Amino acid sequence: MSSLRWTISDTLTLTKRDLLHWRYEPSRIAWTLAFPVMSILLFGYVFGSAIVVPGGEDYREYLMPGLFVMAAAFGITETLFGIAMDTERGITNRLRAMPMSRVAILGGGCVAAMINAVVNFVVMIAMGLVVGWSWHDGIVNALLAVLLLLLLRFSVLWIGIWTGLQIRSIETAGNVSGLLFPFTMISSIFVSPSQMPGWLQTIAEWNPLSSTVGAARELFGNGGPASDSWVAQHAIEMAIVWPLVLTAIFAPLAVRKYQAMSK
Amino acid sequence: MTDGRPAIVAAGLRKRFGEKVALDGLDLEVPAGTVLGLLGPNGAGKTTAVSILTTLLRADGGRAEVAGLDVAAHAPEVRARIGLTGQTDAIDEILSGRQNLELFGRLHHLSPRESKRRAAELLEQFGLTEAGDRQAKGYSGGMKRRLDLAVSFITAPQVLFLDEPTTGQDPRNRMEVWSVVRELVAGGTTVLLTTHYLDEADQLADKISVVDRGRVIAEGTPDALKRRLGASQVDLVLRDDDGVTAAAGILARVSDAEPVVDRSRRSVSAPVHDRVASLTEVLQAVQAAGVAVEDVALRQPTLDDVFLQLTGSRADGGEADPTPDDAEEVAA
Repeated sequence: MSSLRWTISDTLTLTKRDLLHWRYEPSRIAWTLAFPVMSILLFGYVFGSAIVVPGGEDYREYLMPGLFVMAAAFGITETLFGIAMDTERGITNRLRAMPMSRVAILGGGCVAAMINAVVNFVVMIAMGLVVGWSWHDGIVNALLAVLLLLLLRFSVLWIGIWTGLQIRSIETAGNVSGLLFPFTMISSIFVSPSQMPGWLQTIAEWNPLSSTVGAARELFGNGGPASDSWVAQHAIEMAIVWPLVLTAIFAPLAVRKYQAMSK
Repeated sequence: MTDGRPAIVAAGLRKRFGEKVALDGLDLEVPAGTVLGLLGPNGAGKTTAVSILTTLLRADGGRAEVAGLDVAAHAPEVRARIGLTGQTDAIDEILSGRQNLELFGRLHHLSPRESKRRAAELLEQFGLTEAGDRQAKGYSGGMKRRLDLAVSFITAPQVLFLDEPTTGQDPRNRMEVWSVVRELVAGGTTVLLTTHYLDEADQLADKISVVDRGRVIAEGTPDALKRRLGASQVDLVLRDDDGVTAAAGILARVSDAEPVVDRSRRSVSAPVHDRVASLTEVLQAVQAAGVAVEDVALRQPTLDDVFLQLTGSRADGGEADPTPDDAEEVAA
Protein backbone atom coordinates (compact mmCIF):
# COMPACT_ATOMS: atom_id res chain seq x y z
CA MET A 1 0.00 0.00 0.00
CA SER A 2 1.20 3.49 -0.76
CA SER A 3 2.13 5.85 2.04
CA LEU A 4 -0.90 8.04 1.29
CA ARG A 5 -3.23 5.11 1.80
CA TRP A 6 -1.49 4.30 5.07
CA THR A 7 -1.87 7.91 6.16
CA ILE A 8 -5.61 7.69 5.52
CA SER A 9 -5.92 4.25 7.07
CA ASP A 10 -3.96 5.24 10.21
CA THR A 11 -5.93 8.48 10.54
CA LEU A 12 -9.19 6.56 10.40
CA THR A 13 -7.91 4.02 12.94
CA LEU A 14 -7.14 6.82 15.39
CA THR A 15 -10.43 8.57 14.59
CA LYS A 16 -12.20 5.36 15.47
CA ARG A 17 -10.31 5.33 18.75
CA ASP A 18 -11.74 8.72 19.69
CA LEU A 19 -15.22 7.73 18.60
CA LEU A 20 -14.96 4.62 20.80
CA HIS A 21 -14.14 6.91 23.72
CA TRP A 22 -17.51 8.56 23.32
CA ARG A 23 -19.23 5.21 23.29
CA TYR A 24 -17.51 4.05 26.48
CA GLU A 25 -17.55 7.36 28.29
CA PRO A 26 -20.87 8.91 27.38
CA SER A 27 -20.35 11.27 30.31
CA ARG A 28 -17.74 13.12 28.22
CA ILE A 29 -20.28 13.68 25.46
CA ALA A 30 -22.93 14.52 28.01
CA TRP A 31 -20.65 17.23 29.37
CA THR A 32 -19.95 18.81 25.96
CA LEU A 33 -23.69 18.81 25.32
CA ALA A 34 -24.67 19.92 28.81
CA PHE A 35 -22.46 22.97 28.48
CA PRO A 36 -24.45 24.67 25.70
CA VAL A 37 -27.72 23.67 27.33
CA MET A 38 -26.63 25.25 30.60
CA SER A 39 -25.46 28.34 28.74
CA ILE A 40 -28.81 28.72 27.06
CA LEU A 41 -30.59 28.47 30.40
CA LEU A 42 -28.12 30.65 32.27
CA PHE A 43 -27.55 33.38 29.73
CA GLY A 44 -30.81 33.11 27.82
CA TYR A 45 -33.14 33.13 30.79
CA VAL A 46 -31.23 34.26 33.92
CA PHE A 47 -29.17 37.13 32.49
CA GLY A 48 -31.21 37.48 29.32
CA SER A 49 -34.11 39.00 31.18
CA ALA A 50 -31.88 41.93 32.18
CA ILE A 51 -30.02 42.37 28.89
CA VAL A 52 -31.29 44.83 26.30
CA VAL A 53 -30.42 44.07 22.70
CA PRO A 54 -29.81 47.03 20.37
CA GLY A 55 -32.78 47.11 18.02
CA GLY A 56 -34.98 45.57 20.70
CA GLU A 57 -34.89 42.00 19.38
CA ASP A 58 -35.46 38.90 21.45
CA TYR A 59 -32.27 38.18 23.45
CA ARG A 60 -32.35 34.43 22.97
CA GLU A 61 -32.61 34.94 19.24
CA TYR A 62 -29.57 37.21 19.52
CA LEU A 63 -27.71 34.88 21.87
CA MET A 64 -27.82 31.58 19.95
CA PRO A 65 -25.25 32.46 17.25
CA GLY A 66 -22.98 33.61 20.08
CA LEU A 67 -23.36 30.27 21.86
CA PHE A 68 -22.57 28.39 18.65
CA VAL A 69 -19.30 30.30 18.50
CA MET A 70 -18.66 29.75 22.18
CA ALA A 71 -19.07 26.00 21.66
CA ALA A 72 -16.59 26.16 18.76
CA ALA A 73 -14.11 28.04 20.95
CA PHE A 74 -14.50 25.65 23.87
CA GLY A 75 -13.86 22.75 21.51
CA ILE A 76 -10.22 23.65 22.11
CA THR A 77 -10.35 22.01 25.55
CA GLU A 78 -11.18 18.61 24.08
CA THR A 79 -8.11 18.76 21.83
CA LEU A 80 -5.98 20.13 24.65
CA PHE A 81 -6.91 17.36 27.07
CA GLY A 82 -6.62 14.64 24.44
CA ILE A 83 -3.09 15.64 23.50
CA ALA A 84 -1.92 16.38 27.03
CA MET A 85 -3.25 13.03 28.23
CA ASP A 86 -1.59 11.04 25.43
CA THR A 87 1.71 12.81 26.03
CA GLU A 88 1.62 12.37 29.81
CA ARG A 89 0.67 8.71 29.46
CA GLY A 90 3.43 7.99 26.95
CA ILE A 91 0.92 7.05 24.24
CA THR A 92 2.28 9.76 21.93
CA ASN A 93 5.78 8.32 22.27
CA ARG A 94 4.45 4.81 21.72
CA LEU A 95 2.83 5.97 18.47
CA ARG A 96 5.99 7.80 17.44
CA ALA A 97 8.02 4.62 17.94
CA MET A 98 5.65 2.67 15.66
CA PRO A 99 5.89 2.29 11.89
CA MET A 100 2.65 4.26 11.40
CA SER A 101 2.09 7.50 9.49
CA ARG A 102 3.51 10.58 11.25
CA VAL A 103 0.69 12.77 9.93
CA ALA A 104 -1.98 10.45 11.29
CA ILE A 105 -0.80 10.89 14.88
CA LEU A 106 -2.24 14.43 14.76
CA GLY A 107 -4.73 13.76 11.98
CA GLY A 108 -6.84 11.20 13.84
CA GLY A 109 -7.66 13.68 16.59
CA CYS A 110 -8.50 16.38 14.02
CA VAL A 111 -11.01 14.26 12.15
CA ALA A 112 -12.64 13.09 15.40
CA ALA A 113 -12.82 16.66 16.70
CA MET A 114 -14.56 17.85 13.52
CA ILE A 115 -17.06 14.99 13.71
CA ASN A 116 -17.66 15.96 17.33
CA ALA A 117 -18.17 19.58 16.28
CA VAL A 118 -20.80 18.64 13.69
CA VAL A 119 -22.71 16.55 16.25
CA ASN A 120 -22.44 19.40 18.72
CA PHE A 121 -23.85 21.96 16.31
CA VAL A 122 -26.74 19.70 15.35
CA VAL A 123 -27.69 19.27 19.01
CA MET A 124 -27.32 22.98 19.71
CA ILE A 125 -29.43 23.93 16.70
CA ALA A 126 -32.11 21.56 17.95
CA MET A 127 -31.87 23.16 21.41
CA GLY A 128 -32.12 26.58 19.84
CA LEU A 129 -35.28 25.63 17.98
CA VAL A 130 -36.75 24.43 21.29
CA VAL A 131 -36.17 27.80 23.01
CA GLY A 132 -37.63 29.74 20.11
CA TRP A 133 -34.55 30.56 18.03
CA SER A 134 -34.68 30.05 14.28
CA TRP A 135 -33.02 31.09 11.03
CA HIS A 136 -34.88 33.62 8.89
CA ASP A 137 -32.88 33.98 5.68
CA GLY A 138 -33.33 30.61 4.06
CA ILE A 139 -31.61 27.29 4.49
CA VAL A 140 -28.70 28.14 2.18
CA ASN A 141 -27.59 31.07 4.32
CA ALA A 142 -28.15 28.99 7.44
CA LEU A 143 -25.85 26.26 6.07
CA LEU A 144 -23.29 28.91 5.13
CA ALA A 145 -23.36 30.07 8.72
CA VAL A 146 -22.74 26.51 9.91
CA LEU A 147 -19.82 26.22 7.47
CA LEU A 148 -18.28 29.38 8.90
CA LEU A 149 -18.72 27.97 12.40
CA LEU A 150 -16.95 24.77 11.34
CA LEU A 151 -14.19 26.81 9.74
CA LEU A 152 -13.68 28.59 13.06
CA ARG A 153 -13.71 25.24 14.88
CA PHE A 154 -11.04 23.98 12.49
CA SER A 155 -8.73 26.91 13.16
CA VAL A 156 -9.26 26.58 16.90
CA LEU A 157 -8.24 22.93 16.60
CA TRP A 158 -4.71 23.96 15.62
CA ILE A 159 -4.44 26.35 18.53
CA GLY A 160 -5.50 23.42 20.72
CA ILE A 161 -2.89 21.08 19.23
CA TRP A 162 -0.12 23.65 19.53
CA THR A 163 -1.03 24.47 23.12
CA GLY A 164 -1.50 20.80 23.98
CA LEU A 165 1.99 19.95 22.71
CA GLN A 166 3.33 22.88 24.70
CA ILE A 167 1.98 21.91 28.11
CA ARG A 168 2.25 18.10 28.19
CA SER A 169 0.27 17.58 31.40
CA ILE A 170 -3.40 17.13 32.13
CA GLU A 171 -3.32 19.44 35.13
CA THR A 172 -2.03 22.38 33.11
CA ALA A 173 -4.63 21.65 30.44
CA GLY A 174 -7.31 22.36 33.04
CA ASN A 175 -5.73 25.67 34.02
CA VAL A 176 -5.23 26.79 30.44
CA SER A 177 -8.82 26.12 29.45
CA GLY A 178 -9.96 28.45 32.25
CA LEU A 179 -8.33 31.29 30.30
CA LEU A 180 -10.92 30.80 27.56
CA PHE A 181 -13.65 32.45 29.62
CA PRO A 182 -12.48 36.07 29.46
CA PHE A 183 -11.69 35.54 25.79
CA THR A 184 -15.29 34.57 25.04
CA MET A 185 -16.68 37.32 27.30
CA ILE A 186 -14.79 40.15 25.62
CA SER A 187 -16.51 39.60 22.30
CA SER A 188 -19.95 39.99 20.78
CA ILE A 189 -21.01 36.53 21.99
CA PHE A 190 -23.20 37.70 24.91
CA VAL A 191 -23.66 41.43 24.52
CA SER A 192 -23.10 43.96 21.81
CA PRO A 193 -19.65 45.58 22.07
CA SER A 194 -21.34 48.92 21.37
CA GLN A 195 -22.48 48.86 25.00
CA MET A 196 -18.89 48.49 26.27
CA PRO A 197 -16.45 51.36 27.04
CA GLY A 198 -14.70 52.57 23.87
CA TRP A 199 -11.31 50.83 24.30
CA LEU A 200 -12.96 47.54 25.27
CA GLN A 201 -15.33 47.84 22.35
CA THR A 202 -12.42 47.93 19.91
CA ILE A 203 -10.84 44.84 21.49
CA ALA A 204 -14.15 42.98 21.53
CA GLU A 205 -14.94 43.84 17.93
CA TRP A 206 -11.53 42.72 16.69
CA ASN A 207 -11.78 39.47 18.64
CA PRO A 208 -11.84 36.81 15.90
CA LEU A 209 -14.77 35.15 17.66
CA SER A 210 -16.85 38.33 17.20
CA SER A 211 -16.51 38.18 13.42
CA THR A 212 -17.95 34.66 13.26
CA VAL A 213 -20.69 35.68 15.70
CA GLY A 214 -21.55 38.68 13.52
CA ALA A 215 -21.47 36.58 10.35
CA ALA A 216 -23.70 33.91 11.90
CA ARG A 217 -26.21 36.54 13.12
CA GLU A 218 -26.30 38.05 9.67
CA LEU A 219 -26.67 34.73 7.80
CA PHE A 220 -29.21 33.28 10.24
CA GLY A 221 -31.07 36.61 10.21
CA ASN A 222 -30.72 37.05 13.97
CA GLY A 223 -29.95 40.76 13.98
CA GLY A 224 -27.84 43.24 12.05
CA PRO A 225 -24.22 44.39 12.52
CA ALA A 226 -23.18 45.19 16.06
CA SER A 227 -21.95 48.66 15.15
CA ASP A 228 -20.83 50.92 12.31
CA SER A 229 -17.16 49.99 12.66
CA TRP A 230 -15.41 48.51 9.65
CA VAL A 231 -14.77 45.13 11.25
CA ALA A 232 -18.42 44.78 12.35
CA GLN A 233 -19.63 45.79 8.89
CA HIS A 234 -17.46 43.12 7.24
CA ALA A 235 -18.29 40.27 9.58
CA ILE A 236 -18.73 37.59 6.91
CA GLU A 237 -15.47 38.44 5.16
CA MET A 238 -13.64 38.54 8.48
CA ALA A 239 -15.25 35.24 9.54
CA ILE A 240 -13.38 33.70 6.61
CA VAL A 241 -10.17 35.71 6.97
CA TRP A 242 -9.66 35.24 10.74
CA PRO A 243 -9.84 31.42 10.77
CA LEU A 244 -7.59 31.24 7.72
CA VAL A 245 -5.06 33.54 9.37
CA LEU A 246 -5.22 31.59 12.64
CA THR A 247 -4.78 28.29 10.80
CA ALA A 248 -1.92 29.72 8.75
CA ILE A 249 -0.18 30.71 12.00
CA PHE A 250 -0.98 27.82 14.30
CA ALA A 251 -0.96 24.81 11.97
CA PRO A 252 2.72 25.29 11.05
CA LEU A 253 3.53 26.12 14.68
CA ALA A 254 1.80 22.92 15.82
CA VAL A 255 3.61 20.80 13.22
CA ARG A 256 6.94 22.41 14.15
CA LYS A 257 6.30 21.79 17.84
CA TYR A 258 5.44 18.19 17.06
CA GLN A 259 8.61 17.69 15.05
CA ALA A 260 10.63 19.32 17.81
CA MET A 261 9.74 16.40 20.07
CA SER A 262 12.66 14.54 18.49
CA LYS A 263 15.16 17.36 19.14
CA MET B 1 18.95 -12.15 13.80
CA THR B 2 21.04 -15.02 12.62
CA ASP B 3 23.89 -13.15 11.00
CA GLY B 4 25.75 -12.79 14.28
CA ARG B 5 25.68 -9.01 14.24
CA PRO B 6 24.81 -7.30 17.52
CA ALA B 7 21.14 -6.34 17.82
CA ILE B 8 21.94 -2.97 19.36
CA VAL B 9 25.02 -0.83 18.88
CA ALA B 10 25.65 2.62 20.30
CA ALA B 11 28.98 4.19 19.53
CA GLY B 12 29.96 7.49 21.10
CA LEU B 13 26.35 8.71 21.41
CA ARG B 14 26.08 12.36 22.39
CA LYS B 15 23.06 14.40 23.30
CA ARG B 16 22.61 17.68 25.13
CA PHE B 17 19.52 19.58 26.18
CA GLY B 18 20.57 23.20 26.34
CA GLU B 19 23.42 23.37 28.85
CA LYS B 20 22.79 19.92 30.30
CA VAL B 21 24.78 17.07 28.79
CA ALA B 22 22.54 13.98 28.79
CA LEU B 23 24.78 11.60 26.84
CA ASP B 24 28.52 12.08 26.77
CA GLY B 25 29.86 9.41 24.42
CA LEU B 26 27.75 6.41 25.39
CA ASP B 27 28.91 3.03 24.04
CA LEU B 28 26.79 -0.12 24.09
CA GLU B 29 26.78 -3.41 22.28
CA VAL B 30 24.06 -5.98 22.81
CA PRO B 31 24.43 -9.39 21.10
CA ALA B 32 21.22 -10.70 19.53
CA GLY B 33 19.09 -12.77 21.87
CA THR B 34 20.59 -11.38 25.09
CA VAL B 35 19.45 -8.94 27.76
CA LEU B 36 21.44 -5.85 28.61
CA GLY B 37 20.63 -4.07 31.84
CA LEU B 38 21.30 -0.33 31.75
CA LEU B 39 21.75 0.60 35.38
CA GLY B 40 22.00 4.14 36.64
CA PRO B 41 20.54 6.89 38.82
CA ASN B 42 17.93 9.44 37.73
CA GLY B 43 19.30 11.75 35.09
CA ALA B 44 22.16 9.40 34.15
CA GLY B 45 20.93 9.40 30.54
CA LYS B 46 19.18 6.03 30.43
CA THR B 47 15.89 7.31 29.03
CA THR B 48 17.72 9.58 26.59
CA ALA B 49 19.66 6.57 25.29
CA VAL B 50 16.46 4.54 24.88
CA SER B 51 14.75 7.49 23.16
CA ILE B 52 17.53 7.73 20.60
CA LEU B 53 17.62 3.98 19.97
CA THR B 54 13.82 3.90 19.51
CA THR B 55 13.92 6.84 17.01
CA LEU B 56 12.09 9.22 19.37
CA LEU B 57 15.07 11.55 19.70
CA ARG B 58 17.86 12.49 17.33
CA ALA B 59 21.39 12.20 18.67
CA ASP B 60 23.76 15.17 18.42
CA GLY B 61 26.66 12.87 17.61
CA GLY B 62 27.76 9.26 17.46
CA ARG B 63 26.15 6.27 15.82
CA ALA B 64 23.24 4.05 16.82
CA GLU B 65 22.16 0.83 15.16
CA VAL B 66 19.20 -1.38 15.98
CA ALA B 67 18.62 -4.72 14.24
CA GLY B 68 21.50 -3.88 11.94
CA LEU B 69 19.91 -0.59 10.80
CA ASP B 70 21.11 2.94 11.45
CA VAL B 71 18.36 4.57 13.54
CA ALA B 72 18.78 8.00 11.98
CA ALA B 73 18.87 6.86 8.35
CA HIS B 74 16.30 4.05 8.58
CA ALA B 75 13.87 5.18 11.27
CA PRO B 76 10.72 3.64 9.71
CA GLU B 77 12.43 0.26 9.25
CA VAL B 78 13.76 0.37 12.80
CA ARG B 79 10.27 1.16 14.14
CA ALA B 80 8.91 -1.93 12.41
CA ARG B 81 11.40 -4.08 14.31
CA ILE B 82 11.17 -2.76 17.87
CA GLY B 83 8.83 -2.67 20.83
CA LEU B 84 8.91 -0.04 23.57
CA THR B 85 7.54 -0.15 27.09
CA GLY B 86 8.24 2.94 29.14
CA GLN B 87 7.73 4.03 32.72
CA THR B 88 4.05 4.86 32.26
CA ASP B 89 1.33 2.52 31.05
CA ALA B 90 1.02 3.78 27.49
CA ILE B 91 -2.35 2.17 26.93
CA ASP B 92 -5.76 3.66 26.31
CA GLU B 93 -7.54 3.03 29.60
CA ILE B 94 -10.97 3.88 28.25
CA LEU B 95 -10.72 0.98 25.80
CA SER B 96 -10.62 -2.69 26.69
CA GLY B 97 -7.44 -4.74 26.60
CA ARG B 98 -8.58 -6.36 23.38
CA GLN B 99 -9.40 -3.01 21.76
CA ASN B 100 -6.00 -1.68 22.74
CA LEU B 101 -4.26 -4.63 21.10
CA GLU B 102 -6.42 -4.37 17.99
CA LEU B 103 -5.90 -0.61 17.78
CA PHE B 104 -2.11 -0.82 18.02
CA GLY B 105 -2.14 -3.89 15.78
CA ARG B 106 -3.89 -1.86 13.07
CA LEU B 107 -1.36 0.93 13.54
CA HIS B 108 1.38 -1.69 13.07
CA HIS B 109 -0.38 -2.23 9.72
CA LEU B 110 -1.79 -5.66 10.44
CA SER B 111 -5.03 -6.33 8.57
CA PRO B 112 -8.25 -6.10 10.63
CA ARG B 113 -8.49 -9.88 10.70
CA GLU B 114 -4.83 -10.35 11.65
CA SER B 115 -4.99 -7.72 14.38
CA LYS B 116 -8.03 -9.49 15.89
CA ARG B 117 -6.27 -12.83 15.80
CA ARG B 118 -3.08 -11.40 17.27
CA ALA B 119 -5.03 -9.61 20.02
CA ALA B 120 -6.67 -12.87 21.10
CA GLU B 121 -3.30 -14.62 21.03
CA LEU B 122 -1.59 -11.95 23.14
CA LEU B 123 -4.41 -11.80 25.68
CA GLU B 124 -3.90 -15.51 26.16
CA GLN B 125 -0.11 -15.27 26.31
CA PHE B 126 -0.16 -12.44 28.84
CA GLY B 127 -2.88 -13.95 31.00
CA LEU B 128 -5.49 -11.31 30.18
CA THR B 129 -8.10 -13.35 28.31
CA GLU B 130 -10.63 -13.13 31.12
CA ALA B 131 -10.25 -9.36 31.48
CA GLY B 132 -9.84 -8.84 27.74
CA ASP B 133 -13.20 -7.19 27.13
CA ARG B 134 -13.22 -5.00 30.22
CA GLN B 135 -12.09 -1.37 30.18
CA ALA B 136 -8.38 -1.21 31.00
CA LYS B 137 -8.91 1.46 33.64
CA GLY B 138 -10.37 -1.24 35.89
CA TYR B 139 -7.22 -3.36 35.60
CA SER B 140 -4.80 -3.82 38.48
CA GLY B 141 -1.37 -2.21 38.20
CA GLY B 142 0.14 -5.55 37.22
CA MET B 143 -2.48 -6.19 34.53
CA LYS B 144 -1.92 -2.73 33.02
CA ARG B 145 1.80 -3.41 32.91
CA ARG B 146 1.20 -6.77 31.22
CA LEU B 147 -1.12 -5.15 28.68
CA ASP B 148 1.52 -2.51 27.99
CA LEU B 149 4.10 -5.24 27.41
CA ALA B 150 1.65 -7.15 25.21
CA VAL B 151 1.20 -4.03 23.04
CA SER B 152 4.97 -3.76 22.70
CA PHE B 153 4.99 -7.35 21.60
CA ILE B 154 2.30 -7.19 18.90
CA THR B 155 4.71 -7.77 16.04
CA ALA B 156 7.01 -10.05 18.06
CA PRO B 157 9.77 -7.44 17.67
CA GLN B 158 13.40 -8.40 17.28
CA VAL B 159 14.42 -5.86 19.88
CA LEU B 160 12.42 -4.85 22.94
CA PHE B 161 13.19 -1.70 24.93
CA LEU B 162 12.01 -1.66 28.52
CA ASP B 163 12.55 1.72 30.12
CA GLU B 164 12.26 1.24 33.88
CA PRO B 165 9.39 -1.19 33.47
CA THR B 166 8.91 -1.72 37.20
CA THR B 167 9.54 1.74 38.64
CA GLY B 168 6.75 2.49 41.09
CA GLN B 169 5.36 -1.06 40.95
CA ASP B 170 4.83 -3.21 44.01
CA PRO B 171 6.98 -6.36 44.48
CA ARG B 172 4.31 -8.69 43.10
CA ASN B 173 3.94 -6.69 39.89
CA ARG B 174 7.69 -6.56 39.53
CA MET B 175 7.92 -10.35 39.69
CA GLU B 176 5.10 -10.61 37.14
CA VAL B 177 6.95 -8.31 34.76
CA TRP B 178 10.14 -10.30 35.28
CA SER B 179 8.48 -13.58 34.40
CA VAL B 180 6.91 -12.09 31.25
CA VAL B 181 10.26 -10.67 30.17
CA ARG B 182 11.95 -14.03 30.74
CA GLU B 183 9.39 -15.70 28.50
CA LEU B 184 9.93 -13.17 25.72
CA VAL B 185 13.69 -13.57 25.97
CA ALA B 186 13.33 -17.34 25.79
CA GLY B 187 11.59 -16.73 22.45
CA GLY B 188 14.76 -15.07 21.13
CA THR B 189 13.99 -11.37 21.63
CA THR B 190 16.87 -9.04 22.39
CA VAL B 191 16.08 -6.80 25.35
CA LEU B 192 17.52 -3.53 26.53
CA LEU B 193 16.31 -2.90 30.06
CA THR B 194 16.92 0.28 32.02
CA THR B 195 16.46 0.18 35.75
CA HIS B 196 17.30 1.74 39.09
CA TYR B 197 17.27 -1.63 40.75
CA LEU B 198 20.34 -3.80 41.03
CA ASP B 199 18.23 -6.87 41.81
CA GLU B 200 16.15 -6.34 38.68
CA ALA B 201 19.22 -6.21 36.47
CA ASP B 202 20.55 -9.18 38.42
CA GLN B 203 17.35 -11.17 37.76
CA LEU B 204 17.02 -10.43 34.06
CA ALA B 205 20.24 -9.24 32.49
CA ASP B 206 23.02 -11.26 30.89
CA LYS B 207 25.19 -8.18 31.08
CA ILE B 208 24.98 -4.89 32.91
CA SER B 209 26.24 -1.50 31.84
CA VAL B 210 26.39 1.03 34.66
CA VAL B 211 25.69 4.54 33.37
CA ASP B 212 26.53 7.80 35.08
CA ARG B 213 26.51 11.30 33.62
CA GLY B 214 25.82 10.05 30.12
CA ARG B 215 28.55 7.43 29.83
CA VAL B 216 29.19 3.82 30.73
CA ILE B 217 31.38 3.68 33.82
CA ALA B 218 31.41 -0.09 34.32
CA GLU B 219 30.15 -3.14 32.53
CA GLY B 220 30.12 -6.85 32.99
CA THR B 221 27.95 -9.75 34.06
CA PRO B 222 25.87 -9.22 37.21
CA ASP B 223 28.16 -11.64 39.04
CA ALA B 224 31.31 -9.82 38.02
CA LEU B 225 29.85 -6.51 39.16
CA LYS B 226 28.77 -7.97 42.46
CA ARG B 227 32.17 -9.51 43.04
CA ARG B 228 33.56 -6.08 42.58
CA LEU B 229 31.17 -4.87 45.23
CA GLY B 230 31.43 -7.77 47.61
CA ALA B 231 28.63 -10.13 48.47
CA SER B 232 27.40 -8.04 51.37
CA GLN B 233 27.73 -4.67 52.89
CA VAL B 234 28.66 -4.09 56.55
CA ASP B 235 27.35 -0.88 58.14
CA LEU B 236 28.60 0.31 61.52
CA VAL B 237 27.22 3.27 63.45
CA LEU B 238 29.59 4.48 66.18
CA ARG B 239 29.01 6.40 69.38
CA ASP B 240 31.65 9.09 68.78
CA ASP B 241 34.03 10.56 66.18
CA ASP B 242 37.10 8.72 67.42
CA GLY B 243 35.16 5.49 67.03
CA VAL B 244 34.41 6.37 63.40
CA THR B 245 38.11 6.76 62.62
CA ALA B 246 39.02 3.53 64.38
CA ALA B 247 36.18 1.56 62.73
CA ALA B 248 37.15 2.87 59.28
CA GLY B 249 40.64 1.50 59.86
CA ILE B 250 39.29 -1.90 60.87
CA LEU B 251 36.88 -2.14 57.90
CA ALA B 252 39.66 -1.17 55.53
CA ARG B 253 41.59 -4.24 56.66
CA VAL B 254 38.64 -6.65 56.26
CA SER B 255 37.26 -5.25 52.99
CA ASP B 256 38.97 -5.03 49.60
CA ALA B 257 37.44 -1.63 49.03
CA GLU B 258 37.90 1.73 50.67
CA PRO B 259 35.22 2.13 53.42
CA VAL B 260 32.67 4.88 52.91
CA VAL B 261 32.61 7.21 55.91
CA ASP B 262 29.69 9.47 56.76
CA ARG B 263 30.74 11.65 59.70
CA SER B 264 27.39 13.38 60.08
CA ARG B 265 25.72 10.05 60.75
CA ARG B 266 28.86 8.63 62.45
CA SER B 267 28.61 5.63 60.12
CA VAL B 268 31.14 3.53 58.22
CA SER B 269 30.26 1.02 55.46
CA ALA B 270 32.26 -1.36 53.34
CA PRO B 271 31.66 -4.39 51.13
CA VAL B 272 32.73 -7.81 52.43
CA HIS B 273 32.92 -11.25 50.85
CA ASP B 274 32.26 -13.84 53.56
CA ARG B 275 29.13 -12.54 55.13
CA VAL B 276 29.04 -13.82 58.71
CA ALA B 277 32.75 -14.59 58.98
CA SER B 278 33.62 -11.06 57.92
CA LEU B 279 31.06 -9.58 60.28
CA THR B 280 32.43 -11.59 63.18
CA GLU B 281 35.94 -10.50 62.32
CA VAL B 282 34.87 -6.85 62.24
CA LEU B 283 33.01 -7.07 65.53
CA GLN B 284 35.86 -8.83 67.33
CA ALA B 285 38.35 -6.25 66.08
CA VAL B 286 36.06 -3.41 67.11
CA GLN B 287 35.62 -4.89 70.58
CA ALA B 288 39.34 -5.49 70.96
CA ALA B 289 39.98 -1.85 70.06
CA GLY B 290 37.45 -0.74 72.67
CA VAL B 291 35.31 1.16 70.18
CA ALA B 292 31.72 1.84 71.28
CA VAL B 293 29.27 0.60 68.62
CA GLU B 294 25.72 1.96 68.45
CA ASP B 295 24.39 -0.19 65.64
CA VAL B 296 25.57 -2.82 63.20
CA ALA B 297 24.01 -4.24 60.03
CA LEU B 298 24.84 -6.78 57.35
CA ARG B 299 22.88 -6.20 54.15
CA GLN B 300 22.72 -6.77 50.39
CA PRO B 301 24.60 -4.19 48.35
CA THR B 302 22.30 -1.68 46.69
CA LEU B 303 22.63 0.54 43.67
CA ASP B 304 23.71 3.26 46.06
CA ASP B 305 26.67 1.13 47.08
CA VAL B 306 27.59 0.51 43.43
CA PHE B 307 27.66 4.22 42.91
CA LEU B 308 29.49 5.03 46.09
CA GLN B 309 32.12 2.53 45.03
CA LEU B 310 32.30 3.45 41.35
CA THR B 311 31.90 7.21 41.49
CA GLY B 312 32.20 8.16 45.12
CA SER B 313 28.84 9.93 44.93
CA ARG B 314 25.41 8.87 46.02
CA ALA B 315 23.07 7.51 43.33
CA ASP B 316 20.15 9.74 44.23
CA GLY B 317 22.22 12.72 45.19
CA GLY B 318 19.26 15.04 44.85
CA GLU B 319 20.70 16.85 41.85
CA ALA B 320 17.60 18.40 40.39
CA ASP B 321 18.75 19.04 36.84
CA PRO B 322 15.60 19.10 34.72
CA THR B 323 16.63 16.58 32.09
CA PRO B 324 13.92 14.60 30.28
CA ASP B 325 14.85 11.68 32.51
CA ASP B 326 13.99 13.64 35.60
CA ALA B 327 10.97 15.34 34.11
CA GLU B 328 9.41 12.06 33.10
CA GLU B 329 10.10 10.42 36.39
CA VAL B 330 8.53 13.28 38.28
CA ALA B 331 5.48 13.14 36.01
CA ALA B 332 5.17 9.40 36.57
